[in-house]
Amino acid sequence: MSTAVGTDLLTVRDLRVDFAGPRGRGPVPAVRGVDLTVRRGETLGIVGESGSGKSVTALAVLGLLPGTAAVRGSVRLDGQELVGLPRDALAPIRGRRMAMVFQDPLSAFTPVHRIGDQIVEALRIHRRTDRGAARKRAAELLDLVGIPDPGRALESFPHEFSGGMRQRAMIAMAVANDPDLLLADEPTTALDVTIQAQVLDVLRTARRETGAALVLVSHDLGVIAGMADRVAVMYAGRVVESAGVDELFARPRHPYTLGLIGAVPRVDARGGPLVPIPGAPAPMAALPAGCPFAGRCPLVQDRCRTAEPPPAGTGGHLSACVRADELAARGPAPAEIYPMPPVPAAPPAPPREERAPVLRVTGLTKTFPVLSGSVFRRRTGEVYAVDGVDLDIRAGETLGLVGESGSGKSTTLFELLNLAKPESGRIEFLGQDTAALSRAAAHRLRAELQIVFQDPTAALDPRLPVGDIVAEPLRARRAPRELVARRVPELLRQVGLDPAHAARYPHQFSGGQLQRVSIARALAVRPRLLVLDEPVSALDVSVQAGVLNLLQRLKADLGIAYLFVSHDLSVVRHLADRVSVMYLGRTVEQGEVSAVFDRPRHPYTRALLSAVPLPDPAAERARERVLLPGDPPSPTERHTGCRFRTRCPVYAALADGRRTVCEQRSPVPAEAAPGVDHTAACHHPDVR
Amino acid sequence: MLRYLAQRLAYYAVLLVAAVFLSYALASGALQPRTYFESKVPRPAAASVDRQLTALNINDRTPVAVRFGHWADGVLLHGDLGRTIHDTPVNDDFRRRVWVSLRLLLIGSLLGMLLGVAGGAWSAVKQYRITDRALTVVSFVLLSTPVFLLALLLKNGAIAAKDVAGHEVVPFTGYETPGLTGGLGTHLADWGLHLLLPTLSLALGGLATYSRYQRGTMLDVLGSDYLRTAEAKGLTRNRALLRHGLRTAVIPMSTMFAYSFLGIFTGAAFTETIFGWHGMGEWFIQSINEQDVNAVVAVNLFAAVVVLASGFLADTLHAALDPRVRR
Repeated sequence: MSTAVGTDLLTVRDLRVDFAGPRGRGPVPAVRGVDLTVRRGETLGIVGESGSGKSVTALAVLGLLPGTAAVRGSVRLDGQELVGLPRDALAPIRGRRMAMVFQDPLSAFTPVHRIGDQIVEALRIHRRTDRGAARKRAAELLDLVGIPDPGRALESFPHEFSGGMRQRAMIAMAVANDPDLLLADEPTTALDVTIQAQVLDVLRTARRETGAALVLVSHDLGVIAGMADRVAVMYAGRVVESAGVDELFARPRHPYTLGLIGAVPRVDARGGPLVPIPGAPAPMAALPAGCPFAGRCPLVQDRCRTAEPPPAGTGGHLSACVRADELAARGPAPAEIYPMPPVPAAPPAPPREERAPVLRVTGLTKTFPVLSGSVFRRRTGEVYAVDGVDLDIRAGETLGLVGESGSGKSTTLFELLNLAKPESGRIEFLGQDTAALSRAAAHRLRAELQIVFQDPTAALDPRLPVGDIVAEPLRARRAPRELVARRVPELLRQVGLDPAHAARYPHQFSGGQLQRVSIARALAVRPRLLVLDEPVSALDVSVQAGVLNLLQRLKADLGIAYLFVSHDLSVVRHLADRVSVMYLGRTVEQGEVSAVFDRPRHPYTRALLSAVPLPDPAAERARERVLLPGDPPSPTERHTGCRFRTRCPVYAALADGRRTVCEQRSPVPAEAAPGVDHTAACHHPDVR
Repeated sequence: MLRYLAQRLAYYAVLLVAAVFLSYALASGALQPRTYFESKVPRPAAASVDRQLTALNINDRTPVAVRFGHWADGVLLHGDLGRTIHDTPVNDDFRRRVWVSLRLLLIGSLLGMLLGVAGGAWSAVKQYRITDRALTVVSFVLLSTPVFLLALLLKNGAIAAKDVAGHEVVPFTGYETPGLTGGLGTHLADWGLHLLLPTLSLALGGLATYSRYQRGTMLDVLGSDYLRTAEAKGLTRNRALLRHGLRTAVIPMSTMFAYSFLGIFTGAAFTETIFGWHGMGEWFIQSINEQDVNAVVAVNLFAAVVVLASGFLADTLHAALDPRVRR
């Protein structure tokens, strides 16, 4: 247990980290003079986009940066200077006084050692205990973080754990020696939202039990709002604003913070266009003189381009902006200072029933064989990847497809893109049953259905100029040369890129711009349905807003329909007209977006929605949470009855007599009321 | 794990049968023992040649399948590998030579493996430093030197050393000093000295190849999250590398060990010839020249068993190192 809460535990002063640059060039800065103070027992949130230096700062505190990094400045833990100590001199401090939880639980455990041995090792590095006592303690730790059957878990190898379980075990290992300081670098970024909620809860428990201070590094404003006492916002290697969490979210004094808050879509409200911060962060190797944000700032003045303002302010609220006082006095909304894109005027649409169906899927299934045997492969089981999916998209509408990893979203997409006869069920695209299509007809129809992938750097050929990338679908359909020459600049302009850049290669563009190229490519053949597979999840928040706004505008301009797949419910709420929720290969709830988000009927949807952190500390504290226990069951087993039963809070609370139906019959989608576009596949909808 | 290994063993047994049959068919097709007999002076009568060939079970007028049947019968029922073209039992040669070769092969490849893993890991940890660059240069020089050239260079070096010193510094012919008297210790020391140069000629090639791959796998591990976790727990860099890094980095190498063994076997044929070792490799070259089908097949059988046995060992190693392959 820590002693007096409130005294300074960690003080970072003027921390600078430079990485050795490519041969013949100077070092590249990653952190440029960071000041941080962490008091005993408090949680400091560090928020920033990729490349802002937030992870490097955390690693520098632990002295875990690679040899190519040069660290200067001061990091003091309880008064002891850590910078300048040889790497191994920090070993007795690491793991005992301060411990770290890393981002990717899949790779943070050594794959060849048992979980138990790795935790025992952490214990025995720092204190002389015999193996048996250490194992007992390890089991207690696993129990603390909520891992069922700790005795067996100790014997497991990392690959036998799910991501959430591994992150729990990682937290158990981090708190093993009762550290004074925990550093968590994006601890939930790789996890699904319901698992994220569980892990954040575990992190709170671990902190409470050990009294440790926590430095939480995250790009997610919602996570920060829910966990932090104080927040530091980083941009281009510096802290541009820091304050108490309520103060920072309510009265931001730096235009970047203001922009970030405006750029995040919220799951609890459907707004107009998001606030995009124009441009992209300046490359760290070539920062301009003056304020690094000047190039993107709506409030920029001449003096910003000459000198970089130091953090200044009163009452513990620091901002590195020359106009901080002005912002503090006026307190503008993000939309008041950032130029807003015009709200696309949606053309008056006929009621839904009168619009032509674009895609209708009923009872789609897809199974994969499980093979085993080394010489003779034989089928020993099945993975029921998609097991009863229904989708319905009308002309000009956006359907958001939501589900956690393993829910069958991707498999559903690939089945659709195949335009072939499904294993069972029915796919109708533009009124044609895909089972009855000839190869030629399927080929013709394929132009009507295009896809945009998650990671644009992987989806675009790095050796083709973007003009050729965009032209490719046209050439594949043997479009005449003049048409291609006319279409390419038109498409680039349409997605907000300069047609003069058609000759450039993908590596010359930023992530957001590349995603725009992907969209232009998909639009080239004027499809009727655009499948968007997590189109913004690889992008930073400020860039994401721009791409989402673009998608909204294109929809209004072109009258195209979207199938928008995402794990991010806030984004879905922002963009979709209708939403479809999947669990373990099956559609569990479907309907008009505000109906589903405001009055969810399926207990899974309710849990999913309640797990989304809000970028608003007050709302975040007040909201009601439904924590789901455990992980989704394996899709290799086909359960009788309702497949959500094993994690369902409603089922758990039911009287015995009412449970039988959940155990015996698989629920079928039922309308909330006759003729209402809102179905849920639950035997006890609306029961809380 | 036992189940997994049993499965692999069964798989290798099937492969062994296939390999032996194919090499039998190939040797029977490619070699022409008939011309060997016919070119004797004076030329024997056709009927007598035929009779001799039939007696040796290498008559090309008998279908291969039938010959293979006879041969397999002898091997399986009596452990008899047939007769050489000089009408002596193949087994005698086999027995005499197999230990000579195994000694060389086992020590040579094990040493190459160990040096390669150690050198590669060291090189990776010291990436772009002088030790790494030096080892890289040495490896590439060794990689581009064929085994027979390396063996000759070593031998010539030993001869030069002898000329300078006036007496033999390191032995460079045969695998023991003929007529040596003394206890077991003297004999072992003598064997060890004789082994030195031939083993080096095999091990250096292994060192060069393995260290390149090991450097690559180790570099992957050096940047891994779990190594950082190990350090974050409070292990020093070196202990983290040893406990969490090296073992993972060796896993992909185990498969390579098994299948590069064949290359070493081929190299050993040159090494044995150059250093005057009467082992399997030398026999192989000799018997091909003499169109001696049964001897060639015997050597092939040996090679197949050795390669598959090392494959099995590699699987065992892999399963022992990596819990993910165990079921």
